[in-house]
Amino acid sequence: MSEPLLRIEGLRTVFRTSGGDVPAVDGVSLEVHRGRTLGIVGESGCGKSVLSLSVMRLVAHPGRIAAGRVMLGERDLASLSMAEMRQVRGRDIAMIFQEPMTSLNPVHSVGFQITEAIRAHDPRASNAELRNRGIEALKRVRIPSPERRFDEYPHQLSGGMRQRVMIAMALACSPKLLIADEPTTALDVTVQAQILDLLRELQAETGMAIILITHDLGVIAEMADEVAVMYSGKVVERTNARALFEDPQHPYTLGLLGSIPRLDEDRENLLAIRGTVPPPFNLPPGCRFNPRCPFAIEACRAEIPPLRSIIPGHEVACICAPVEASVAA
Amino acid sequence: MLRHALHRIALAVPVLFGVLVIGFLLMQIVPTDPATVRAGPTATQEVVAAIRAELGLDQPIWVQFGLYLWRLAHGDLGVSIINNVPVTQELGATIGPTVELMLASLVWSIPTGIFLGTIAAYWRGSILDRTIMAVSVAGVSVPVFFLGLVLIWFAGFQWQLLPFTGREGPLWSWEGIRAIILPAITLGGVLVGPVARMTRTAVVDTLSADHVRTARAKGLNERLVVLRHALRNALIPVVTLIGLQIGFLLGGAVVTETIFSWPGVGRLAVGAILSADFPMAQGTIIVLSAGFILVNLIVDLLYAVLDPRVRQS
Repeated sequence: MSEPLLRIEGLRTVFRTSGGDVPAVDGVSLEVHRGRTLGIVGESGCGKSVLSLSVMRLVAHPGRIAAGRVMLGERDLASLSMAEMRQVRGRDIAMIFQEPMTSLNPVHSVGFQITEAIRAHDPRASNAELRNRGIEALKRVRIPSPERRFDEYPHQLSGGMRQRVMIAMALACSPKLLIADEPTTALDVTVQAQILDLLRELQAETGMAIILITHDLGVIAEMADEVAVMYSGKVVERTNARALFEDPQHPYTLGLLGSIPRLDEDRENLLAIRGTVPPPFNLPPGCRFNPRCPFAIEACRAEIPPLRSIIPGHEVACICAPVEASVAA
Repeated sequence: MLRHALHRIALAVPVLFGVLVIGFLLMQIVPTDPATVRAGPTATQEVVAAIRAELGLDQPIWVQFGLYLWRLAHGDLGVSIINNVPVTQELGATIGPTVELMLASLVWSIPTGIFLGTIAAYWRGSILDRTIMAVSVAGVSVPVFFLGLVLIWFAGFQWQLLPFTGREGPLWSWEGIRAIILPAITLGGVLVGPVARMTRTAVVDTLSADHVRTARAKGLNERLVVLRHALRNALIPVVTLIGLQIGFLLGGAVVTETIFSWPGVGRLAVGAILSADFPMAQGTIIVLSAGFILVNLIVDLLYAVLDPRVRQS
């Protein structure tokens, strides 16, 4: 495959607490290619949002990137100055968030908020030109009567419309990479499907790469080309989307798949994963999933299993992998 | 927007009526009899009775109230018991200096408070933040008269920097500006602390809002992020607080005008109350209360300017 657009290498993001630095993202390496969608899936608290904010260098104090590189082409974003990073944000990498309700500023019109993003990277654009480009951006995300919507405020729009505005704003400067952090979680199911369709269409039009962060395997199945499963700050499984659903290897992935109800199976109970994600300040020894893992053996508690390739293009961080197909079913 | 404005104005009317009722009743419940004060200590019963009849004080209370409203509607607030000057004339002469003093106090104290609160919020937890907040608490705790006296003692008397008695000319003259500095610092000083604290709280809140993260993700510089996306939204609660504080500021104006001999409504009110000049006291109360209602009306209209959700509801 060609040179990746974005390469994350050994990224570690920690939060300073009174008890020392607590890792939220712990040695994550990932790649995203042009025109492709990387899905990052995991439960709440697994570090997927902090990972995406780390790429944008938007992790709020007391969080900071402690180690690793975020290579966008030849540049390491993790070591750019804030002024240089501002040039990257919005122009090279844009981001949309979970809550379109609160992610837009209620006191500015949507047109203002979109053109503000354009002006940040093109300070010489005239007001008339900004308006045209803003309306164009609204058209691109299929917002009806964009000229009128341009002057409206976020509270006058529905949730789906707001998320479309967010996407219009994110794409206003034609970024190479769009990070979508749970873009459909706060929306109704029918609107979810529309937004996902829109993202796919826009990706086909522009050739941008997408990092899609979600806890919803249904969204992954629909959108992702490659998938990384995160657990407790680490990537535990990484492969293409088809392989993930057809041949999941990590017990955690199995658990996630087991907790989706399926119509074609006659199962009495969903296979819920026991327990909860361990807090980052109190991690178990060895594999972080071992206390919840039905297959855990003594060796799992000894050391953290590295991410290793079991077949080409399929990496798993589990000493028991590859698991037998009989166990997976 | 226009509907919002009309609605607010309509709401101000009953409040103003309430003020008029209270202004009237206050004069009814004070133990001193205005006719006796007016007639003087040596007057006979007949003279007092004649004055009482002249002032309409022998009428039933609702007739008196009707008469009071009737006169008010014609711009007649009565005449001073002390010097027989029409109350409206005295108020007309003093209202200008009071408005001048209020504006001169607000024009520096609100921007200063907002600026200090914003930088404290942006660098929250730093030494700068803690210093600003400590000074604000001190500012909130210092009474107006004390600050005024300290300024008079040092800046006015010891160092002879600025005049401290009276208004020496209109605001557009050099003397006028020099004379208003100390009273304006005194009166505005009480506002800086509360505004700074409120701004800090509100900006800390908005800085952690999702839309501020969005603004940063767009690549905006920090100045725009803070001004357009944090402070701009934080102004809504700050304006509310300023509206409420201006009530206290009117009280502060009474004290400030008194200690700086500023010829305003506040000093007129104090003089009228001390000399039992009922019509004058009533007039000043009505004017000060109406001022408070007006300020709150302006605040209500400012909401609509600041918040599109108010504008369109």
